[in-house]
Amino acid sequence: MNFIYDRLLGGKNGMIGIAILAALIFIVLPIGLDLFRLNMVGKYLTYAFAAVSLVLLWGYGGILSLGQGIFFGLGGYSMAMFLKLEASSPENTAIQSTPGIPDFMDWNQLTELPWFWQPFDNFGITLIAVILVPTVFAFIIGYSMFKRRVGGVYFAIITQIIAVILTVLIVGQQGYTGGINGITDLRTLHGWDIRTDSAKYILYFINAILLFAVIFLSRYILTSKFGRLLLAMKDKEDRVRFSGYDVSNFKIFVFVLSAVISSIGGAMFTLQVGFMSPSFVGIVPSIEMVIFAAVGGRMSLIGVVYGTLLVNYGKTVFSETLPEVWLFLMGGLFIAVVMFFPNGLAGLWEKHGNKLTACIKNRQCVIAVKAFIENKRAKKAPATSE
Amino acid sequence: MKSRFTLSKLGNVVGLALGLTMAVNMNVSAASVNTTGLAVTDKVVKVGILHSLTGTMAISETGAQEAEKLAIKQINDMGGILGRQIEVIQEDGASDWPTFAEKSRKLLVKDKVAAVFGCWTSASRKAALPVFEKENGLLYYPTFYEGLEQSHNVIYTGQEATQQILAGLDWVAKEKKAKTFYLIGSDYIWPRTTMKIARKHIENVLGGKVVGEDYKPLGNTQFGSTINKIRLKKPDVIYAAVVGGSNVAWFKQLKAAGITSKKQTLLTLSVTEDEVLGIGGENLEGFYSVMKYFQSQDNENNKAFVKAFKEMWGDDSVMGDVTQAAYLGPWLWKAAVEKAGSFDVDKVVKVSETAGIELKQAPEGYVKLHPNHHLWSKTRVAKWNKDGQATVVFESDLIEPNPFPKGYQ
Repeated sequence: MNFIYDRLLGGKNGMIGIAILAALIFIVLPIGLDLFRLNMVGKYLTYAFAAVSLVLLWGYGGILSLGQGIFFGLGGYSMAMFLKLEASSPENTAIQSTPGIPDFMDWNQLTELPWFWQPFDNFGITLIAVILVPTVFAFIIGYSMFKRRVGGVYFAIITQIIAVILTVLIVGQQGYTGGINGITDLRTLHGWDIRTDSAKYILYFINAILLFAVIFLSRYILTSKFGRLLLAMKDKEDRVRFSGYDVSNFKIFVFVLSAVISSIGGAMFTLQVGFMSPSFVGIVPSIEMVIFAAVGGRMSLIGVVYGTLLVNYGKTVFSETLPEVWLFLMGGLFIAVVMFFPNGLAGLWEKHGNKLTACIKNRQCVIAVKAFIENKRAKKAPATSE
Repeated sequence: MKSRFTLSKLGNVVGLALGLTMAVNMNVSAASVNTTGLAVTDKVVKVGILHSLTGTMAISETGAQEAEKLAIKQINDMGGILGRQIEVIQEDGASDWPTFAEKSRKLLVKDKVAAVFGCWTSASRKAALPVFEKENGLLYYPTFYEGLEQSHNVIYTGQEATQQILAGLDWVAKEKKAKTFYLIGSDYIWPRTTMKIARKHIENVLGGKVVGEDYKPLGNTQFGSTINKIRLKKPDVIYAAVVGGSNVAWFKQLKAAGITSKKQTLLTLSVTEDEVLGIGGENLEGFYSVMKYFQSQDNENNKAFVKAFKEMWGDDSVMGDVTQAAYLGPWLWKAAVEKAGSFDVDKVVKVSETAGIELKQAPEGYVKLHPNHHLWSKTRVAKWNKDGQATVVFESDLIEPNPFPKGYQ
């Protein structure tokens, strides 16, 4: 019991935070929003996976990755390949030169399914691929960089470059990947139509449950000895190394873990949105994910979820109401957050949240407001007398 | 005082009389012209415009959305559609394909618009298409594109690939005695499909030869290697489908390498008046574009269109092929809705397929809807001048749209 309370939920404060978030995601939003908006929230929550992964990697590990889109994309593409194969049954694609292969392959004169597409015929293998592909990929990147003690800005730049390379590769190899259009028109999962209303509700809740599972797992890891080592590495890497720990292995582990978490988000994204395209792999989405984490507070697993929701909500609302100037408003929002709340929403809560609760408990706020008003009056008084 | 009173009274009477005749003529309640819950009242019908106002595509898509707004304004000034004024809900696709899907869903599910005019790139259309099919919306898509598509829910007002390609190739083979071709395009679905069709036509029909085929990533600005190969192969014709900003680098580097229209014939499929603004007329002078519409086209309808467009959007504005095709969208929709007597998507589509919807006064000339949702249209070849305008040198007959060309796949 104590294990669950302390390690997974994070004590009293953590528990309150999780309870509020859970109430919001599982009860308030599904009841308060219509399906269209809820589906959009579901989409945003898939980005929250990447934001949570950045709490581990960047917030605690101090490793800034500007390439989380890579892994989000790998997961998303794995799922999309499975769904696309199911949507490209010979009956559905009878008008093509080669029925039974995805439509974009046919347009690019491919006549048979490439070998690396074939395993994605199987849902089990696809689910394994969603975990395994980013694991292998992140391990190779992590191993080759952290073993050579590449870190800091250089690591950020290299991850960014890999994101670009992957985008160029996907766009260029359109016969195999769908190119810049991406993999579109996904319909069913084992005959279950993912575009129906009921499917959207079900996917929303699966997504939310997975997100909480990931948050619990992350909290468990961060409250373990490993979590403390991560923090120690962030603050004084050399000391940890001289204490006899192999720093690079820890870094590789946390990088791989964050990659897998992002990948799960990507797979859920494909299921809920119905397609996958290179525009989720490149620099822009990767940096957006960092922004989500920054706005939410990069040290807070709960905060980044709010950050993701807030930024995307702003994006949607601004672009719907003021299509001409919405980008300026978004820019203003980011500048305001960085300038006024450097620790994000979570920092704001930590700074003022306790005061607020104390306030409500002890009626201190009434006294404070009174004092504030009197202060103002006192300041004003001499000015008027002059 | 008294005279004013009678005047206003007279106004009232006239207004009442007008209103009555309107009511008699348009005695169709919202319920009867709209059985599927679209945003149609007795006075207003809502439509969506969905183009990129921000991001890399904004420069190209601005003209299209301006043309759509112009057409809608003109239709409203004429009394609207079935007695209803058109109200526009604009959304920004932000040059981001998933955003197009999201905003399409918003327009169809939340706003219940009767039609959407929008999308530009194939990628944005492909992203939005499943949404339109699922929600049974209606999209008017303005861009010339690769074909290989025919959706119940889309009317394609631009040319599909064979319409644009074949006539132009025939012209260059005949007029310039061209035998060897060098194909170059940006690397995505439209240039690839286009070049596939072009190659088949060159080799099988014209008896010519393709001496080189190159694809460059979108946004590429380095054409040195291609230009070197062109110098080596000395093709009769450079056949180009380079899109967007890459065009600026492509034509400037050609000129810098000394490949100008004096020595080299070049046919491009992707340069309209909009792109020339960025490329500069002096870099294009003497090269040819193959399109269905050019701003300089000399006919009354086009002159009126150009004048109205400039009045609404400023004297500096130019009208390219896609802008004109976008302008056709609201008019085609109006014609179909009026013929169907209903805003219901299925009825409008059915009429569009079967009733031979035509526009006699399109700026490009006469166009007619084919049952396959594309337009019968003419293809034109025009030579670019220094001032950024083109002179039409060849005009084909009306060409039947054929989005799934046999023998070219």
